[in-house]
Amino acid sequence: MKVPDTLEERVKPCTICHEDAYKTGADAYYPRIAGKPIGYLFNQLQNFRDGRRYYQPMAVLLENMSDEYMLEIARYFASMQYVYSRPEPHSLPPDEIQIARKLINKGDSARDLPACSACHGEALMGVEPFIPGLLGLPHAYLAAQFGGWRNGGVMRGQTPDCMSEIAKKLTQEEVYALAALLPSQPVAGETAEADTLDPELVQECQDLFSEVRFLQ
Amino acid sequence: MKCFHLWLVWKWQAIIFISSSFLLMPLASTLVLADSAELQSQRGAYLARVGNCMGCHTTRGGKPYAGGRKMRTPFGVFVTPNITPDDDTGIGQWDEEDFWQAMHHGKSKDGRYLYPVFPYIEYTKVTRQDSDLIFAYLHSLPSVAQNNPPHKIDSPYDNQWLLFLWRAWYFKEGVYESDSSKSEEWNRGAYLVQGLGHCNACHTSRNVWGASQDGELTGGEIMGTYWYAPSLISPLEAGMGDWSIDAIVELLSTGITSHAVTSGPMATIVRQSLQHLSADDMRAMAVYLQSISKKEIDVKKTKKIPPMPEAVRQYLSKGELIYEKHCQDCHGVSGQGVPNIYPPLAGNRSVTMASPLNTIRSVLYGGYPPSTAGNLRPYGMPPYQHIIYDIEIAQVVSYIRNAWGNIGSLVSHFDVDQSRGNEY
Repeated sequence: MKVPDTLEERVKPCTICHEDAYKTGADAYYPRIAGKPIGYLFNQLQNFRDGRRYYQPMAVLLENMSDEYMLEIARYFASMQYVYSRPEPHSLPPDEIQIARKLINKGDSARDLPACSACHGEALMGVEPFIPGLLGLPHAYLAAQFGGWRNGGVMRGQTPDCMSEIAKKLTQEEVYALAALLPSQPVAGETAEADTLDPELVQECQDLFSEVRFLQ
Repeated sequence: MKCFHLWLVWKWQAIIFISSSFLLMPLASTLVLADSAELQSQRGAYLARVGNCMGCHTTRGGKPYAGGRKMRTPFGVFVTPNITPDDDTGIGQWDEEDFWQAMHHGKSKDGRYLYPVFPYIEYTKVTRQDSDLIFAYLHSLPSVAQNNPPHKIDSPYDNQWLLFLWRAWYFKEGVYESDSSKSEEWNRGAYLVQGLGHCNACHTSRNVWGASQDGELTGGEIMGTYWYAPSLISPLEAGMGDWSIDAIVELLSTGITSHAVTSGPMATIVRQSLQHLSADDMRAMAVYLQSISKKEIDVKKTKKIPPMPEAVRQYLSKGELIYEKHCQDCHGVSGQGVPNIYPPLAGNRSVTMASPLNTIRSVLYGGYPPSTAGNLRPYGMPPYQHIIYDIEIAQVVSYIRNAWGNIGSLVSHFDVDQSRGNEY
């Protein structure tokens, strides 16, 4: 038996869950990882391994993996063409669609909530190298992440925990509307470049952006 | 008489003079030894690696040696202490003697008996010199101020008197004594395996009091982990009596060989500790481990296998279908595997040994062998807990335990369910 000396072969334990969009029902949880920014993917791998992001199946897989190998795996998935997406239909009433759209494009300055697009890019496809895209993700996954952010369970001990602060300010209805509307959007556009970000926001989330050491 | 007195005075002066010159000598040799302080520190760091102090005294992603890791046992939850040199929360106020008291006598600085979750049952065999070197290394670490939560020990195990009795019964204090009939290498290996390496802390079965029973390294379920640490003696489990020394060294230092792979807690031990051992120490360990294992016996001759009932045949044939669909691509049509990539299942003792726990867990959770210098980019096993049902896992595990000449007990979906759980 000849085993290909490739990353594709080596990441079989990843792709068994993250492979494609054809999963339905209880299995429709796993987020896409193809085409997400490399820094984001690498950070998440480290977070899972080191217990900052809590998800047991990932923690078990990554338990004894080196940083170097995880970076290689992150690069592999980041460079993959994003090939799947079937928008999930939603049944939101018009006023809730309105609420979600406003949060996505404008935010709410009264509550000091930036627009989703301010950090995740105009196309909502993320910003290199650390911010993930929001499209092409299953409803169940998004809803679970919002829940995690609100309970402080997604990124334990990371400061500043921007997304946690934002999620805690959102109402339950807003979370529901966002988690339903985003998966219904067809995936289009590209991951944005870092220089498109508002310098003020970058300043606020500085720690996140200063973790560039590993990319050198 | 006076003369004698004078002589005595002279003698004392002479003694004082001579001894003070001797007193100066250690000072001089300290200067000479100054550049070997670096060597001493390296030696201490190395020994701490061998003992894998960091493995327990660090939480997932936490500051090294600052403790806080929870150890679940049938007697309660123990929290590992901070062993950085912080004065208030660590062992900053300890000296070598205090440390020796812990390692050798199993007592804390204040004289309290330590719970044997700290493996002083094994560490008592460590020499004073090695203990001092480890202590010096720990004291050279950056101080971390970290208060860890207290243990949650169930009653009545929180009673120090019980611990006193336990120690009287089960704790044999004493540094490793060389066996003069064996080689220096063998003795070094025995010292590492029995003492600092504390292999028996996992590879043993324990009685209701948590004490090792049935002899050393005879295998058992590791407390609170849902993993089975196989016997290092039995040829039916992980005894290595008929392995070459090179193969033992390869497995323990890289995590994988052509026919075996480390998984679960053992993979972690390879990554954190064993891969960093010197070539000499690794070899010594292998020599010792090879010597304590019984030689291979023919299982088929010892067991009489009755013809398989139809119901069992059907159960296994369902497992075979699952094997063909999910497992065969990597592990091969006849379970032969791929050397140093995917372990063989045919003839794999980890698959056939009495406890099916590790095999079930490998199917449930998957995993990667450790990234080591000898295996930088390991291939991995996918998790199947999301992919197939418990009954299917039971069928496929039963199948591989009884295919290609393997002989093992059948596994039910209850077994699969009971194998779930871990420290996360």
